[in-house]
Amino acid sequence: MKNPTVASPEGFQLPDSQRRVIRWMIYLAFGALFIGIINGLGQALNYARVDILQYFPGMRNYYQGLTVHGVVNAIVFTFAFANGFLALTTSRALARPLNTPLLWAVLGTMVAGTLLAGYAMATGQASVLYTFYPPLLAHWSFYVGLALLVVSTWLTAILLFGALRGWRKENEGKRIPLMAFISVATYAMWTLASLGIAISVVGLLIPWSLGLIAHSDPLLSRTLFWYSGHPIVYFWLLPAYVSWYVMVPRQAGGTLFSDPLTRVVFIMFLLLSIPTGFHHQYTDPGISGGMKALHGVLTFGVFFPSMVTAFSVMYALEIGGRRRGGTGLANWFLKLDWKNPALVAQILAMLTFTLGGITGLINASYNLNQAIHNTAWVPGHFHMTVGSAVTMSFMGIAFWLIPYLNRQELVGRGLALVSQWVYFFGVLVMARGLISGGLDGMPRRTEMLEAPYSKPSWELAGMLTGLGGTLMFVGGMLFFAVLIATVLFGKKTDTPEDIPFTDTHQPPATTGWEVKLDSFRYWLIAAIVLILIAYGPFLAQYLPGNFTSTGYRFF
Amino acid sequence: MTVERIEKIFLGLTAAMLLVFLGALFYSAFGMGMHLPDREGEILPSEVRNTPPFDDPGVREVGDNQYEVVLIGAAWSFTPREIRVPAGAEVTFIATTTDVIHGVHIEGTRLNFMLIPGQISKVTSTFREPGEHLMICHEYCGAGHHLMYGRVIVE
Ligand code: HEM
Ligand SMILES: [Cu+2]
Ligand SMILES: [Cu+2]
Repeated sequence: MKNPTVASPEGFQLPDSQRRVIRWMIYLAFGALFIGIINGLGQALNYARVDILQYFPGMRNYYQGLTVHGVVNAIVFTFAFANGFLALTTSRALARPLNTPLLWAVLGTMVAGTLLAGYAMATGQASVLYTFYPPLLAHWSFYVGLALLVVSTWLTAILLFGALRGWRKENEGKRIPLMAFISVATYAMWTLASLGIAISVVGLLIPWSLGLIAHSDPLLSRTLFWYSGHPIVYFWLLPAYVSWYVMVPRQAGGTLFSDPLTRVVFIMFLLLSIPTGFHHQYTDPGISGGMKALHGVLTFGVFFPSMVTAFSVMYALEIGGRRRGGTGLANWFLKLDWKNPALVAQILAMLTFTLGGITGLINASYNLNQAIHNTAWVPGHFHMTVGSAVTMSFMGIAFWLIPYLNRQELVGRGLALVSQWVYFFGVLVMARGLISGGLDGMPRRTEMLEAPYSKPSWELAGMLTGLGGTLMFVGGMLFFAVLIATVLFGKKTDTPEDIPFTDTHQPPATTGWEVKLDSFRYWLIAAIVLILIAYGPFLAQYLPGNFTSTGYRFF
Repeated sequence: MTVERIEKIFLGLTAAMLLVFLGALFYSAFGMGMHLPDREGEILPSEVRNTPPFDDPGVREVGDNQYEVVLIGAAWSFTPREIRVPAGAEVTFIATTTDVIHGVHIEGTRLNFMLIPGQISKVTSTFREPGEHLMICHEYCGAGHHLMYGRVIVE
């Protein structure tokens, strides 16, 4: 029983020319991850007081590597994957080819942006970390590169909205297929969310780095950064959620229970992701406690759709496990297909995300944040979210996506499984180290090997960080072995496969108020109103700002 | 749209849990006075060392069992590097930076705040037990960031 409302029931195939472009986007994503993981190993070992960074060619200091790690992992990898993957899901769900020149433009801006930012970082002219807080001043090419990477996501948004518009013209009165709806919702959210970074980078930092304006406003740029910097975590996460909602149930042999609830979840992310940025600035001066409290409450609100997701996805898995003969309260879990690397990677990703979510709620907890802000706890937390939940989901998706895009068979299924288990245990051990160290005051973003201060309790924490990081590195390299072997040696298949997507138990209503859920226009307006409530009072009293900082190149 | 009974229970419990957490947080903030840094005024970064109170950094007693610590962060050291305060006293930190963003974390306490150029940071707390705490710059501030630290000695 195929439900036509998740994706078009015609077995649509993207034209070969477009499939190739998307393939290169995915390659770019994983190429970035490859470099990022190598740097990650150096950092984790540094916390264990082992210096391998000295052997990295051209590396000037720890912070140059850390900048690369943050930028290529958190920006290039995630953006490139999202751009390619959600373009594919949208096009498949709507059974429409994409706009070819625009698709090429997305790839082109990503490559150009990566090269420019990469040049600045490689030559040591941009060791400002991926948060690039002024008045640390990077070479202009770094900011221009980042701007181009953001532009690539906007072009993707135009691509997706364009496809949706074309589809609507031909399908008046019909509900948007679920897989397209949640993909487009992700880009709707991010388009609105990215305005903060865009204004800061294009309006303030690029002219400043070119010497056109003399001063920067550190608090304003920081606020604009975090206006985008919290929702960016949902931009990382939602492509994984797309897979968890509409693909994992199928791979697990289950069914997504509720179509309408899934739409509501993505709408909640669109509404609530953005007006929460001050939770990254709880310890900042210059922002009132009341506004911080408001953002804190809204942050607790955006925890809600993730809890709905936990329920829905678990439910779908349970249906799958029971269909495979599982019984009892938990036995169905063991009955899942633990031999399918695409599924296993994503189940393990969900497990780390549970811990990531709990630690995230602690971070969001207003004054409790003071216990852990900027300690090693924080990277402990986000390697269980973006560093594993998202990354392992993308690796799991790659196990079917690369064969799908290349019309090949996966090589090394066993190795693929091992890679995910090793990465999974690695991240748990590393996070255990970073989190316990952080609770004891061990700072993040710090070259521990050279720091003149230390505490005895940091020793075990550092060793676990190094050990776990090494396991993650090994898991990651095994993943790349599978990927490269598949591309080079994977047997060609002649019959084109379809992408895996589920049916739903509860289809969308075609009459009544639920139909209104599909109107992005209303949700965008509501999101803007919430943003004005959350940021308006601060901007009203703070603007025109405090532009008094000259730039520093302390690296 | 129908929502299953079991799901309603799950979501109800989630909402209840979040509300309890929020209640506890607001009680700790507004009932017990554990506040976050607030708006405390602006300052010209290039003129910090000539602007009171930062023209005279250090620790001083400002009232009955009340102390004030005027602290400056600059790449890559704190002034003063060593802070001595008595146990049980109410201590207010007034701090800023002359150059880039720095952070202050006095480990083992909830004193954890940012120094942002152009802004004045102010936080109050009490060290209950005698002892020594590291005061760490915990925001990246350039190639020597890991060298930037100090100590708080509670007597
Ligand atoms: C082999 C795998 C990895 C290892 C061993 C690793 C290790 C680390 C360590 C130890 C830190 C803290 C460094 C410090 O604060 O001084 C760090 C920071 C970070 N990692 Fe990873 N990581 C890995 C993979 C990833 C992945 C896959 C992502 C995201 C997709 C990621 C994103 C980040 C980010 C955003 C930071 C913060 C950078 C900053 O503070 O500026 N990491 N990583
Ligand atoms: Cu956040
Ligand atoms: Cu520092």
